[in-house]
Amino acid sequence: MIEVRFHGRGGQGAVTSAELMALAAIGEGKYAQAFPSFGPERRGAPLQAFLRISDQPIRLREKIYEPDVVLVLDPALLASGGVKVGLKPGGTLVANSSKDIAAVRGECGFKGRTAVVDATKIAEEELGVPITNTTMLGALLKAAGLIQMESIKGPLEERFGKIAEKNWKALKRAYAETKIEE
Amino acid sequence: MGRRVGLEVSLACAEAVKLCNADVIAAYPITPQTHIVEHLAELVAEGHLDAEFVPVESEHSAMSACVGSAAAGARTFTSTSSQGLALMHEILFITSSLRLPIVMAVANRSLSAPISIWNDHSDIMAERDIGWVQTFAENGQEVLDLMIHAFKVGEDPRVNLPVAVNMDGFILTHVIEPMVMPDQAEVDAYLPPYKPSQWLNPAQPISLGMVGVPEVYTEAKKANLVALEDSYPAIVEHWEGFAKAFGRSYQPIESHRTDGADTLFVTMGSLGETCMSAVDQMREDGRSVGQVRIRLWRPFPVDDFLAAIKGAKNLIVLDRALCPGILAGPVATELRALLYAKGVRPFVANFVAGLGGRDVTRTDFVAMLDKAEQAAADGQEITCQMVGVKE
Repeated sequence: MIEVRFHGRGGQGAVTSAELMALAAIGEGKYAQAFPSFGPERRGAPLQAFLRISDQPIRLREKIYEPDVVLVLDPALLASGGVKVGLKPGGTLVANSSKDIAAVRGECGFKGRTAVVDATKIAEEELGVPITNTTMLGALLKAAGLIQMESIKGPLEERFGKIAEKNWKALKRAYAETKIEE
Repeated sequence: MGRRVGLEVSLACAEAVKLCNADVIAAYPITPQTHIVEHLAELVAEGHLDAEFVPVESEHSAMSACVGSAAAGARTFTSTSSQGLALMHEILFITSSLRLPIVMAVANRSLSAPISIWNDHSDIMAERDIGWVQTFAENGQEVLDLMIHAFKVGEDPRVNLPVAVNMDGFILTHVIEPMVMPDQAEVDAYLPPYKPSQWLNPAQPISLGMVGVPEVYTEAKKANLVALEDSYPAIVEHWEGFAKAFGRSYQPIESHRTDGADTLFVTMGSLGETCMSAVDQMREDGRSVGQVRIRLWRPFPVDDFLAAIKGAKNLIVLDRALCPGILAGPVATELRALLYAKGVRPFVANFVAGLGGRDVTRTDFVAMLDKAEQAAADGQEITCQMVGVKE
């Protein structure tokens, strides 16, 4: 079982990211759970979303305390101290940042496997808005695998309809541009 | 044979109501409501479900509208949570006393104050005595399945009672997970159109809800008690029918690794799954522990429970609500009384966990077992002990 924690702000679509991944995994015949950090949703407030993917049925209803992967949608959250909490030493940090990997590691304090992409830039160019949730899925897929890239297409189309294609393009571009250091 | 889908559990609940072809949905559409009726409103507005959707001004009105609708012979559904369920309180008794087979999904959430929108069982435990059939779901699939079963049970002419399907708020309702969505034809075969045995029909007038003078009130209440007790065979029979139709079987009490276990956890709702994983882990570590899950809460399946715990030395009863003024949670209070009456005397440790959305983890279950075993050995009492409380 792989556990992923998403960090974003209300309105940035972190919950949607987790949901799309779960739906894609379920579409592959896997087991998955996606859930928000339960509570009233407030635009702009830091929030977390959670994802579990497994080949076996998941019999757990506790939160995720020691994620294998942490994904950060908002670069301003990197320095907040919360993103590396519980992240397994052998785990992976996937961050949206215009800075390089050394700078990201410096900001968040995680020294392990790190993947970085400038998702804000990609989202602005491809989608016309700085909403990075689908773009960052490209980085997540590159850094952590988890599912086949094609599997996310169906859930994207169901969720975004006409603008799914743009999101798909942004996702693929992020996949190509993500840099990873062990 | 249905299709495997990924879906938010609230939406799955709404889809189940659609598959059951509800005629009337009356609900208060805003906080503390869930996505259940939001999605039903969409399904009705978009023509996917031919039903009357009545967005009323309060939960008291929602249940009142349901009473009228069910009395007119319509298949009737509503859903609520927390304070909303509390606001329905007085009508809930009327519903069961009038023998109206309304189905309600309760997304279990805490009661204020302090203001909390998070999960526990304080809403439904305040409504234990409403005379409804009550079941508890552990995951999304069970929500779907128990909803379909609820209509089948409530409308059985031997039952004619309202049914509440309990699902933990947020912990279940807001999670996307895989489940098998039954086909419409399968549900239609299992659940034929509702044929009420009596209804408000101008051609054949009857009265419902008349005054019960002292000469008849006791008898009317006795009839209600008997009706709920007598619903048990139909509930079990319709789970058996469900297993034949859909391939998933349910029992009033379900056991997990109870064979030879000295200590058994007793859980209800979504705690069951985390507990199950904890029990598996503890079994691997050589601990003598198992688990019993209460799926049917009302009518309480006494014989099934006693059979499930037979031979256990210790029980760890989990409560997700309080009974202020008596030092035990509602489930433990009832089980201790039951065990006493039946002359069965395991050591009963009672923990209160998961109030107002507090997370309950596998580690918590291990700690509970440690404490309970120690207390049993020392002859100490554990009752209403709050897991993780900061003092």
